[in-house]
Amino acid sequence: MEAITFAEAWSNLVLLGPEIWQACLETALMLGIGLSAAVLLGGPLGVWLYLAQPGQILANRFVAGLLGWLVNLVRSFPFIILMVSLVPLTRLIVGSTIGPVAAAVPLSFAAIPYFARLVEQTLREVPRGVVEAAEAMGASPLQIVFKVLLREARAGLVNALTILTISFLSYSAVAGVVGGGGIGDLAIRYGYYRFQSEVMLAMVLLLVVVVQIIQLGGNYLAARLDKR
Amino acid sequence: MIHLNNVSKRFRHPDGGWFDAVRATTLSIAEGEIFGLIGFSGAGKSTLLRLINLLERPEAGAVLVDGQDLTRLSASELRRARQNIGMVFQQFNLLANRTVAENVAFPLEIAGWNRADIALRVAECLEVVGLTDRAEHYPAQLSGGQKQRVGIARALAPRPKVILADEPTSALDPKTTQSVLQCLADINARFGVTIVLVTHEMGVVRAICQRAALLDGGSVVEVMDVKQGEVQALSSAARDMLEAA
Ligand SMILES: Nc1ncnc2c1ncn2[C@@H]1O[C@H](COP(=O)(O)OP(=O)(O)OP(=O)(O)O)[C@@H](O)[C@H]1O
Ligand SMILES: [Mg+2]
Repeated sequence: MEAITFAEAWSNLVLLGPEIWQACLETALMLGIGLSAAVLLGGPLGVWLYLAQPGQILANRFVAGLLGWLVNLVRSFPFIILMVSLVPLTRLIVGSTIGPVAAAVPLSFAAIPYFARLVEQTLREVPRGVVEAAEAMGASPLQIVFKVLLREARAGLVNALTILTISFLSYSAVAGVVGGGGIGDLAIRYGYYRFQSEVMLAMVLLLVVVVQIIQLGGNYLAARLDKR
Repeated sequence: MIHLNNVSKRFRHPDGGWFDAVRATTLSIAEGEIFGLIGFSGAGKSTLLRLINLLERPEAGAVLVDGQDLTRLSASELRRARQNIGMVFQQFNLLANRTVAENVAFPLEIAGWNRADIALRVAECLEVVGLTDRAEHYPAQLSGGQKQRVGIARALAPRPKVILADEPTSALDPKTTQSVLQCLADINARFGVTIVLVTHEMGVVRAICQRAALLDGGSVVEVMDVKQGEVQALSSAARDMLEAA
């Protein structure tokens, strides 16, 4: 690799501007789909997993065991293997195996149990006595979930979502390399295959900044929501 | 108002054996009464109290509250019946992410009241416990005594016929204890709410109860009358307890 001046590197990056922007959009799309799936499906799954634990309002050994086992099963797959093994499913759902939407399938698959586990752990922080007070007042299980558990744990849930977002920003880079596009893919294509290290560096810096922003935003929101 | 008819409750121990927390117990509590449940730690006071709103389901026996046998109700009927039975806890159990007013509104939301009625009722109840000026505070910003007043206002909000209180003053200092007990006595006098109060202190029984059951080993040893602030105890166990207190 030849050394280049800062000015040359900068002009290379400027030339790549539209492609970088495109890569950002692709990453945002992958993350958007993955995180939505995590919240919409993994959230309820996590609540159910929590409620099925012994001593909770829907306690059921069998359900708790089964859900816990499923969550662990999917979570134990290395992400790259999960991606490859889900290729047939991806083709079935999306009709293609390349592009950010296709990459979002294995991402969602991994994000759902991950978030479910985070939600379950977070809800454990709600004192049992508070749930019991709601039961004593005649609250239904649904009212307990929405008015007590989710509301009391809301700051923790925001933290869980922050953790999920940051983890999956990095997963999405892996997904990108195997045909998903996005920031990680761009970094590899130019930085690794074409020896344009400045592109790799720029993409990594971009990710560093984005991660910091997500974490700060998450912390701020959680602190605002926490009245304990 | 409350009739416990031969109720019993046992818990399974981790080692597989059974433990009788409440042995076949029959007890009647009259409407408008402040009734104490007293005994040493582990005597079964909390379990007996929790049998009254079926937070613990008895193995046997009937639990009649306001003429209804709670053990025979379906889940949704039981929820409706519970809206008629307020509960106050030693650890307050307030919702930390809700303001004082929102905490008091909680049982009313559960019961499906409309917004306007809720606002009126919340204001009334905060007035009763003297916390009108704290309506927009969060529980973390209150003292223990204030938290317990919120707990009482919350229990009172749906106009229950019965309030169950499990050691409502055990987390409070003596002075605050007096004011919280006074608050409960006021509510009993003004609204005729029947109150069942668990305590391990004879002082609390003397202060506000008309009668009290002494529990030991899961059984009622004696139901004592309280006259002019003096507990009328016959059994030796009750006298021991009186001397200890
Ligand atoms: N959920 C439970 N599982 C197993 N054992 C229990 C359970 N709840 C209560 N017990 C046991 O039942 C007995 C009576 O408990 P209970 O809480 O009613 O006593 P208490 O009189 O309220 O005592 P304290 O003054 O300490 O609160 C105790 O020995 C306790 O260990
Ligand atoms: Mg107790």
